[in-house]
Amino acid sequence: MTATPILRLRGIEKSFGPVQVLHDVAFDVHPGEVTALVGDNGAGKSTLVKCIGGIHPFDGGEYWFEGERVQVHSPRDAAAMGVEIVYQDLALCDNLDIVQNMFLGREKRRGLVLDDATMEEMAARTLEGLSVRTVKSIRQQVSSLSGGQRQTVAIAKAVLWNSKVVVLDEPTAALGVAQTAQVLELVRRLADNGLAVVLISHNMNDVFAVSDRIAALYLGRMAAQVKASDVTHSQIVELITSGRSGDLGLVHTNGATP
Amino acid sequence: MSAAVAPEKPERPEEPERPGVPHKRATAGTASLRSVGRDYVARLRGGELGALPAVLGLVVLCVFFASLRPVFLSELNFANLLTQGTGSIAIAMGLVFVLLLGEIDLSAGYASGVCAAVLAILLTDHGWPWYGAVGAAILTGTFIGLVLGLLVAKVGIPSFVVTLAAFLAFQGVVLMLLKEGTNISIRDETILAVANDNLSPALGWALLATGVTAYAAVQLRQNRNRGRRGLATAPPALLAVRIGGLAVLGSIAVHLLNRERSRNIIVDSLKGVPIVVPVIAVLLVAGTFVLQRTSFGLHIYAVGGNAEAARRAGINVAAIRVSAFVICSSLAAVGGIVAASRGNSVDPNTGGSNVLLLAVGAAVIGGTSLFGGRGRVMDAVLGGMVVAVIQNGMGLMGYSSGVKYAVTGSVLLVAAGVDALSRRRAVRR
Repeated sequence: MTATPILRLRGIEKSFGPVQVLHDVAFDVHPGEVTALVGDNGAGKSTLVKCIGGIHPFDGGEYWFEGERVQVHSPRDAAAMGVEIVYQDLALCDNLDIVQNMFLGREKRRGLVLDDATMEEMAARTLEGLSVRTVKSIRQQVSSLSGGQRQTVAIAKAVLWNSKVVVLDEPTAALGVAQTAQVLELVRRLADNGLAVVLISHNMNDVFAVSDRIAALYLGRMAAQVKASDVTHSQIVELITSGRSGDLGLVHTNGATP
Repeated sequence: MSAAVAPEKPERPEEPERPGVPHKRATAGTASLRSVGRDYVARLRGGELGALPAVLGLVVLCVFFASLRPVFLSELNFANLLTQGTGSIAIAMGLVFVLLLGEIDLSAGYASGVCAAVLAILLTDHGWPWYGAVGAAILTGTFIGLVLGLLVAKVGIPSFVVTLAAFLAFQGVVLMLLKEGTNISIRDETILAVANDNLSPALGWALLATGVTAYAAVQLRQNRNRGRRGLATAPPALLAVRIGGLAVLGSIAVHLLNRERSRNIIVDSLKGVPIVVPVIAVLLVAGTFVLQRTSFGLHIYAVGGNAEAARRAGINVAAIRVSAFVICSSLAAVGGIVAASRGNSVDPNTGGSNVLLLAVGAAVIGGTSLFGGRGRVMDAVLGGMVVAVIQNGMGLMGYSSGVKYAVTGSVLLVAAGVDALSRRRAVRR
């Protein structure tokens, strides 16, 4: 372990009615690193992310942020700490322009009036900081953007607020080859700028291309959290499909509670 | 690698981002007039038609009627035209807020009737002063909007059903208020003056000058501020065209309206800008300010564009919905007051028959989308003028009401068709 993790979850439990989705999950996220969160469908990735983002409350467990135990009850709490989540559907308004989308719900105002000039400056600076060069004008409507550009806007929206942890839910799932490469490059750059990035992905190539650490969920349990350089493709695939691989992973994988 | 774990996503063939093309910083410096024009054409092609169809339609209709009936261009008819449409325009302005959310208010017409009835009863039967009665009428509208909005946003009944029910119910309320169909005449000078009196010619010019100066000051100041901070600014020529255009069109209108239009000068002199015109202008400026320059307005567009995204951004979607209905019904009340003034009385038909459909038509013809997310208050004015020109011109040509309705209905259908097609075009990209 290098630095202390900025986000640290211990013993997280979550169930929806009779269905227990997360069992005793531990999860660490470090600043300046990309942590990939992998797992098969239904492994609990989305639930874990929604809990981190404050959409679902945890049933039990500890949420530590920057070394302090915190309570996160709503997306606002998470955002106030500096945790931003970019969901798969991006949540952009097609009929608004890039600046308006980036500031939606947190507009800068002077008195009653929107302070468009300041917002435009901040948006331009953020995009510049991410070396985004593909948008023609930041005043163009989001409806006119390509899939990769939309993803870029959604990510820029997340980092605009001096956020410390950015969670990206399948950012490349709907993209072509060239755009996937661009978004992955952007993901890497976020971490190089010092942010803690959590990348959810189904695509092992993407995962190995950018991540420093990989956390594999298996049936609601954290099978292993390892350095990407210490494992191979097939080990991760085994962790995802069976919960263990050699010395790594869960001790009991037959579904019985340990 | 197991295919079940890492399914290769089918790659949608998509245009690559052309990283080789040098990136032009479009966010700084003054755009040339030409690039502004090019952007506009690109937007038109992308399906963002804006006000263009309404403006073109207005020009074509005016030329058409003027060539067939020269009296169409007379000063008297011009003033008539302006006052004819104002009731619908006020209602249409309110409808824009509701349509922006992708909702509809079918009861706005009769809501204006209820508010007009409240006004007439308080003025004539109870002897209230005009400002008290006007305040009560507008508050009635606000209350109606609050109830409708809560039913839509909190209970979750589709707005179509809520307002269809209200449409019927308000029709009944008007009848009950007016004691089964008597009409109440209005004798209050101030209320009558709204739609029937004119500003003095000098006051007309003074108001125009104030308006143009204020517009120019706002535009120039905004542009200078942006320039100072290194943001993209509009070319000076474009600003000149905008400000000059407003000044020229306004001057022509004021000049025409200030000419004597009475048929018999000895009996009565009739000249000046109808008072209702500045009333509409104030509503236009206020509505535009709210929609374009405040967070609240932005949130209305956001909820209309993607309610889920708005919710996740922390916007109180239900509150936005309720407030749009409140604004709509309150402006309907203003429309009812104007209609009462114009008719010198309130009867069970005030706000009834075609008022609502003309108002919806005005908003849609002006370019407000029925699918939500796109529209401006200005659309209500432009579309309202188109509707008024059709009604007025066809009246001059001696067509029956039947033909007028049929033609107005067809124009509404065409406008809605343009809306649907341009939306499809925008989505397909």
